[in-house]
Amino acid sequence: MQRYSLLNVLGHALRGNTGWRPAWRTPTLRRSYDVVVIGGGGHGLATAYFLAKKHGVRRVALLERGHIGQGNSGRNTQVTRSNYFYPVSSSFFDHSLKLYEGLGRELNFNVMLRQAGQINLAHSLHDLEIIRRWANAIRMNGVDAEVLNEAGIRKLVPILNAQPRFPILGGLIQRRAGISRHDAVVWGFTRGASAHGVDIVQGCEVTGFQKSGDRVTAVETSQGVVHCDRVAMSVSNQCSVMAALAGFTLPVTTTTLQAVVTEPIKPVLDPCVISAAIHAYVSQSDRGEIVIGGGADVYNSYRQRGSPAITRGVLASVLELFPSFSRLKMMRQWAGAVDITPDTSPIMGLTPVRNLYINCGWGTGGYKAIPAGGDTMAQTVVEDKPHPLIRAYDLARFERGALIDEGAASGVAH
Amino acid sequence: MLYIPCPYCGARDETEFTYGGPAYVTRPELSASDREWTEYLYHRQNTEGPYRERWLHGFGCGRWFNVLRDTTTNEIQKVYPMGGSDRLIETGR
Repeated sequence: MQRYSLLNVLGHALRGNTGWRPAWRTPTLRRSYDVVVIGGGGHGLATAYFLAKKHGVRRVALLERGHIGQGNSGRNTQVTRSNYFYPVSSSFFDHSLKLYEGLGRELNFNVMLRQAGQINLAHSLHDLEIIRRWANAIRMNGVDAEVLNEAGIRKLVPILNAQPRFPILGGLIQRRAGISRHDAVVWGFTRGASAHGVDIVQGCEVTGFQKSGDRVTAVETSQGVVHCDRVAMSVSNQCSVMAALAGFTLPVTTTTLQAVVTEPIKPVLDPCVISAAIHAYVSQSDRGEIVIGGGADVYNSYRQRGSPAITRGVLASVLELFPSFSRLKMMRQWAGAVDITPDTSPIMGLTPVRNLYINCGWGTGGYKAIPAGGDTMAQTVVEDKPHPLIRAYDLARFERGALIDEGAASGVAH
Repeated sequence: MLYIPCPYCGARDETEFTYGGPAYVTRPELSASDREWTEYLYHRQNTEGPYRERWLHGFGCGRWFNVLRDTTTNEIQKVYPMGGSDRLIETGR
């Protein structure tokens, strides 16, 4: 792998930037591997990266039906935070945030993490009480959180509506929360995984599994059968379809989540601002676009379009908080298929099929968990038992009734 | 935006309706095992393709009905009243 550095960039610049080589290999699929990772999104790429780098697994293939990072990993609101209520969520997501804090160095790729904080607004006395309780819970979990009064919030976000219909009484801030560049996270993990020997094969669709008894032995793909010892399934929006191929069902509903981006403007909004009560989820990217997280459609769908009724509602909420944004042109709107679980917490760990491991159900917030998802799943695959941080996230928790209800942690109601 | 043909009122915007999730999820007997209860409460077919679901026309006639919709295109293929016998009519695909 060609390492990136200032000297390196200057050297290439002097030679007219003609000497850059592709950042990762384009291998052909071999017939057998130690581990096959299905899905070239952030979680799959991170899993492959940690399998090869941290655990020294030699023969790892990552199969992606389309192109890497072209699904939800390359289309999300880029927010990274760990302001979760329950200790089990807090420990996992804070592990992820810590990995994000060192990710640029780890991958030798600038992921442009900017920890400007995230504010959850309180519009009523009841909101304030909940936010105080939430802040206490987060701090008990050893994660940073602060309750701000109205003046404190307006100092950080001066462009907030001076006289909003729903008054701003205060809010919760996690200062370590922030945004990073999603494409850089995808490319960084791809480049790193490739350098550590992972075969990243694009345009390779998984069509079935071969089993011997209750154990998976091979993956059938559009490029032939691949024999393997273990399979890590990191598939978003097709997880129910994949699980059906493997012979089990999931407590997952796939629906459409949309987002909107405006034309780029000069920096006006430093932290990410969220209002659960009126459904607004807003940040400004380093390119200057105002990034607005939308709502999820009420019905399940794989269509990836999103209902205009939802877009309209979300934009109305955002303009109520930030009237000055009404002059901005919408540059693009998009929708992704997301997998919602009954408790809005992900499903990670072992499956009813031996040697087949699953990482799915990220719903509306998988981006923030990419490094930790990859780290913990890699260890789970290698040791054939769940990493301690994800033990509570297993598929069997629904049968035990041990749900991890983090509906509030998505920031806005979905 | 879905444009849902309510069998009682005619076609209206989706905002008039409430989604009722998949049709034909049958509540098991009280003697059901934990496994069966889990399947009933949480596990879903989550079909990619033609999908039978329930809708309530809350801001209209206030009545429930069933819809056959393709989840890959959102195209509504059939709307029909709730009830056991309709399932037989629908087994074409």
